[in-house]
Amino acid sequence: MAATQETVEQVQKLEMDKYKYGFVTDIETEKAPKGLSEDTVRFISAKKNEPEWMLEWRLKAYRLWLTMPEPKWGKLDLPEIDYQDSYYFSSPKSMEDRPQSLDEVDPELLRTYEKLGIPIKEQEVLAGVAVDYVFDSVSVATTFRKQLLDVGVIFCPISEAIQDYPELVKKYMGSVVPQGDNKHACLNSAVFTDGSFVYIPKGVRCPMELSTYFRINELNTGQFERTLIVADESSYVSYLEGCTAPQRDENQLHAAVVELIVMDDAEIKYSTVQNWYPGDEDGKGGIFNFVTKRGICKGKNSKISWTQVETGSAITWKYPSCILQGDNSVGEFYSVAITNGRQQADTGTKMIHLGKNTTSRIISKGISAGKSQNTYRGLVRVAAKADGARNFTQCDSLLVGQTCGAHTVPYIESKNRSARLEHEATTSKISDDQLFYCRQRGISEEDAVGLVVNGFCREVLQELPMEFAVEAQQLVKISLEGSVG
Amino acid sequence: MLEIKNLHAEVDGKSILKGIDLNINKGEVHAIMGPNGSGKSTLANVLAGRDDYDITEGSVSFDGKDISELEPEERAGEGIFLAFQYPVEIPGVTNTTFLKEALNAQRKYRGEEELGGMEFVKLIRSKTKELGIKDDMLKRAVNVGFSGGEKKRNDILQMAVLNPKLAVLDETDSGLDIDALKIVAEGVNKLRAENNAILVITHYQRLLNYIVPDKVHVLAHGKIQRTGGKELALELEEKGYAGYSGEAA
Ligand SMILES: Nc1ncnc2c1ncn2[C@@H]1O[C@H](COP(=O)(O)OP(=O)(O)OP(=O)(O)O)[C@@H](O)[C@H]1O
Ligand SMILES: [Mg+2]
Repeated sequence: MAATQETVEQVQKLEMDKYKYGFVTDIETEKAPKGLSEDTVRFISAKKNEPEWMLEWRLKAYRLWLTMPEPKWGKLDLPEIDYQDSYYFSSPKSMEDRPQSLDEVDPELLRTYEKLGIPIKEQEVLAGVAVDYVFDSVSVATTFRKQLLDVGVIFCPISEAIQDYPELVKKYMGSVVPQGDNKHACLNSAVFTDGSFVYIPKGVRCPMELSTYFRINELNTGQFERTLIVADESSYVSYLEGCTAPQRDENQLHAAVVELIVMDDAEIKYSTVQNWYPGDEDGKGGIFNFVTKRGICKGKNSKISWTQVETGSAITWKYPSCILQGDNSVGEFYSVAITNGRQQADTGTKMIHLGKNTTSRIISKGISAGKSQNTYRGLVRVAAKADGARNFTQCDSLLVGQTCGAHTVPYIESKNRSARLEHEATTSKISDDQLFYCRQRGISEEDAVGLVVNGFCREVLQELPMEFAVEAQQLVKISLEGSVG
Repeated sequence: MLEIKNLHAEVDGKSILKGIDLNINKGEVHAIMGPNGSGKSTLANVLAGRDDYDITEGSVSFDGKDISELEPEERAGEGIFLAFQYPVEIPGVTNTTFLKEALNAQRKYRGEEELGGMEFVKLIRSKTKELGIKDDMLKRAVNVGFSGGEKKRNDILQMAVLNPKLAVLDETDSGLDIDALKIVAEGVNKLRAENNAILVITHYQRLLNYIVPDKVHVLAHGKIQRTGGKELALELEEKGYAGYSGEAA
């Protein structure tokens, strides 16, 4: 066992400072006064020039939030969160007057994104991917907007959608994740700052990948973004979000809400590559990633596919879910969650079968290393009227070492006897034999771990859009780094 | 090329190899035969540098260089290849990916340019063809769901692609059908060249009809008890290891 033991020890000594996105951008910012109150909410709303109805909606959420308990059901060791010790709005000063073109964007911001490997200048961006760049509380730029509008696709910061498409926003915001869904979602409803809005009209297949890149920069500042995607009849869109944050000793809160609405015969493919700062090896610092993501397959034959690669954050708490309302609708959840050091992840999905012949598929790959805890928590619920509902769930856990934990908590509730539900679960370890086999062929121990883990995640990684698959593989490898031969 | 002197080694604290002397020159093929549990695979693992296989006495040098402190991947880079008695499965990693990672890691170690996609594909296509391996096998995960014989052949494919200076084949013939045996032997014979050497571990002289060894050694009780030409294999097949029981020599 010694070889694995050694790798394990090395992985445990993991230098979290290998986190290569940990730099801070030195930029002048405009912030809301510290802490959370009705005034904070009003401040944010005013900063964004919001109409009265939006402010009212926020205030309602804030008042509700005051009454709500913290969700305690995750297998997480959660520190008490001091909501008054955080800033809820931070914007680069240069964004005060919204730049009208990229030429007007602060070069320091442009450099930040260059350093992150995702330059903003359109000609330099990956071909065929439109990106919305969110920096702390504001969207810095959104590329390819005109080209998209030409085919009727709306892709813009949600703060602009509130101004420009109030009817759509009013109709759909909060329709899938109600304000009172859980405390984190409720907080988001009160103080959300930016995020993306997407509308794909009837019959349109979005001509490019859409993507939002979230960056938290400011100290002691939470990021509360909100994303809303509506796919009208017979449309299709593939959307990807990525995230990073500087390395800091303080925990930072990220409480996002994502809502997807899919009409008849339409499909949304939503992918996430989450790489928030995970904290150091002793668990100091890191992002608290409390995210509520939910989509509704409203129409018949509609489809939602969630793919997530979760490698960062000190604590991850998220359950991208599907409400399968339309007959023959399909929900998918493909997940890779990697925890190392002192990271904790409690993640999974909910598949709510309401319509007839609805199907769902859950493939979850959890990898735990170091002293981390990794939990899959999932619910498959079949309503009485959901004749012919089917679910297939597969949860595989891979352990690297003896000091980490992997847990699988599948809940199944079926009120329909015609439902067919299958569940498979495995737990395995990287074996000495596998590592030696790779090394004998010339592959270093560290690369061997990366290779074996990537193999373990393959079913999920291959669901990612091509442009991001290679990056994700790299990320999987990097997150387990520390086993230098 | 390979010089083993008075090699003593233990596995998990248990002494297995008790003074092995073995010299293999460039261009030579040696065979090691011996009863179950005599230490053949242990020797192979020690040569490859597996953790937990500790050299307690003696030395191993390769191309004039002491390799006993090198990591397994460094030894691979130096040109030592081990075909495993039990090839290992790596779920989700395709043969192509695995071969490419391995080859480029070795090239990098040697300071050579890494092979690009096209060149690499060309190389492995030519090797699969030579070894009669179907290309669709390349898309499958390493050894997953392979039959016993297919796994052995896959190891030989890896050998052909990596083109090592020294190939140690640990019972590569076990589980192969007659046709596969011939193909594998052909593959090995192709590798056989002025600058390469091969160490074949086997229980059956049948393989040695195809891969004709320069020398045959009998390993028992952690020591080489006897060395001879290829006729020694025939003798062993006839008489077994009866004469090597107990603490001989
Ligand atoms: N990890 C280990 N711990 C203890 N003993 C071991 C270990 N590995 C091998 N051995 C012992 O070392 C001895 C030699 O084993 P080895 O595998 O080298 O034999 P072999 O000659 O290859 O046999 P075979 O012909 O059956 O393949 C055996 O007695 C075996 O049980
Ligand atoms: Mg053996």
